[in-house]
Amino acid sequence: MIKVENLVKKFGEFTAVNSISFDVHQGEIFAFLGPNGAGKTTTIKMLTTLLKPSSGRIEVDGLDPAVKQNEVRQRFGIVFQDPSLDGELTAQENMELHGVLYHVPRKIRMERTEILLKTFELWERRKELVKLFSGGMKRRLEIARGFLHTPKILFLDEPTLGLDPQSRNQLWTQVKQLNQSEGVTVFLTTHYMDEADRVAQRIAVIDHGRIVAQGSSQQLKEQTNTTSLEEAFLALTGTSIRDEKATSADQMRQMAQMWRGNKR
Amino acid sequence: MSVIYILWLRELKRYFRSRAQIVASLGQPLLYLLALGFGLGPVFRKAGNGSYLQFVAPGVIGMTVLFSSVFSGIGLLWDRQFGFLKETLVAPVPRNRIMLGKALGGATVAVLQGLLVVVACLLVGFRPGSFAAIPSTLLFMALIATVFASLGIAIGSKLENMQGFQLIMNFLVMPIFFLSGALFPLTNLPKAMVLVTGADPMSYGIDGLRGALIGISHFGAPTDILVLCGFGFALVAVGSYFFSKIQL
Repeated sequence: MIKVENLVKKFGEFTAVNSISFDVHQGEIFAFLGPNGAGKTTTIKMLTTLLKPSSGRIEVDGLDPAVKQNEVRQRFGIVFQDPSLDGELTAQENMELHGVLYHVPRKIRMERTEILLKTFELWERRKELVKLFSGGMKRRLEIARGFLHTPKILFLDEPTLGLDPQSRNQLWTQVKQLNQSEGVTVFLTTHYMDEADRVAQRIAVIDHGRIVAQGSSQQLKEQTNTTSLEEAFLALTGTSIRDEKATSADQMRQMAQMWRGNKR
Repeated sequence: MSVIYILWLRELKRYFRSRAQIVASLGQPLLYLLALGFGLGPVFRKAGNGSYLQFVAPGVIGMTVLFSSVFSGIGLLWDRQFGFLKETLVAPVPRNRIMLGKALGGATVAVLQGLLVVVACLLVGFRPGSFAAIPSTLLFMALIATVFASLGIAIGSKLENMQGFQLIMNFLVMPIFFLSGALFPLTNLPKAMVLVTGADPMSYGIDGLRGALIGISHFGAPTDILVLCGFGFALVAVGSYFFSKIQL
């Protein structure tokens, strides 16, 4: 479903992604793990047409995202690290808007909105403004929205950041369920190793822009002689803390949080 | 089409849902209207120019449309801040349609806001020439709104955070307003002012409004329309271009 070969992304002198290669198979849940600043989000941006690679090859469902932008965009759904809902609209209106943007015919749009909102337990609240939703509800709505246009691939960039264990648990149960019922390939990143361990069939670990290991959770543990994925991850990426410089995106995030009253 | 429509609709829904903001944004025009209209009225009349309220009301209506449309465009920054921008940028639709939906939505909201101020003007004693003024008034409001909503989007596409906002306000939007002849007649100005006001697209918008509402026009309606359309096309193009270049 996704094929990446020798992918490189440079920002000036800095190499964010340094010649990585991996495959994601049809229908699987694939976890992409790494410490802060390892290159996860940059890679996702290249897979989802938001950034052009410096060199290397990407195929998403057989298409090059840098060339066939709109075709590729039609094929994936994405849940970003930061929320991307319109808080001044209701849950249903957010779904509606998404459906129109993705050319989903009206009838199918209505049907799928109902099914998905029910799956994610938001149907009863569909007429409420999203700004009044809790963090967990917003996340669920975003994921429901990501599924609306029946994508072949769903990208989840740290979807459970800031959620309580109950919400996280429920969210992954629902994602797994849709992965099976709709055959969607899921590409996720997370900092919670237990989640990756639980839902992902295969895992790639990226650090300093390079893939340092890939395989099933079991294989990674065996390879590092550890008993948990967390230990395996630390063995692969070291224990030093990665302090990133705050980018303007981080500053905005902080400010947005301030404005929202830190509800997330 | 449906993409443009749904994004246009979004702007309208957001507008009607923020009642506090609607009321708040009436404050400034009312202040200009009352303080200047009645404060400068006697001096203006003494100078032989007639009623200042009559003169300044079209200017205040134009100002409302100007600010409202520029802000709606710069509101892009808000979408960026609160994340909704990403949702539209990864959608499988050409960016220029997204830009157009947003620009038309912002322009419509600005015209609605302008109409509220028209009503406020009527309430404090402004009397337009005739009811025949309505279509041409609407036309000029729509032109101003489109020009400046597009300008706002062009700016909003370039700004990455709120710091630039004040800069744009004080060094672009306020000068556009103050140098447009909204508050003073364009006749008998010093040479430098003639050049500056002539280069300000808003001058033609205000002039058009004043022509429509009280029958006094400096450039003449055809020139006003032509210049505004020219700026309109150029700024829609520039806005679309910058918008299509947004990187996340």
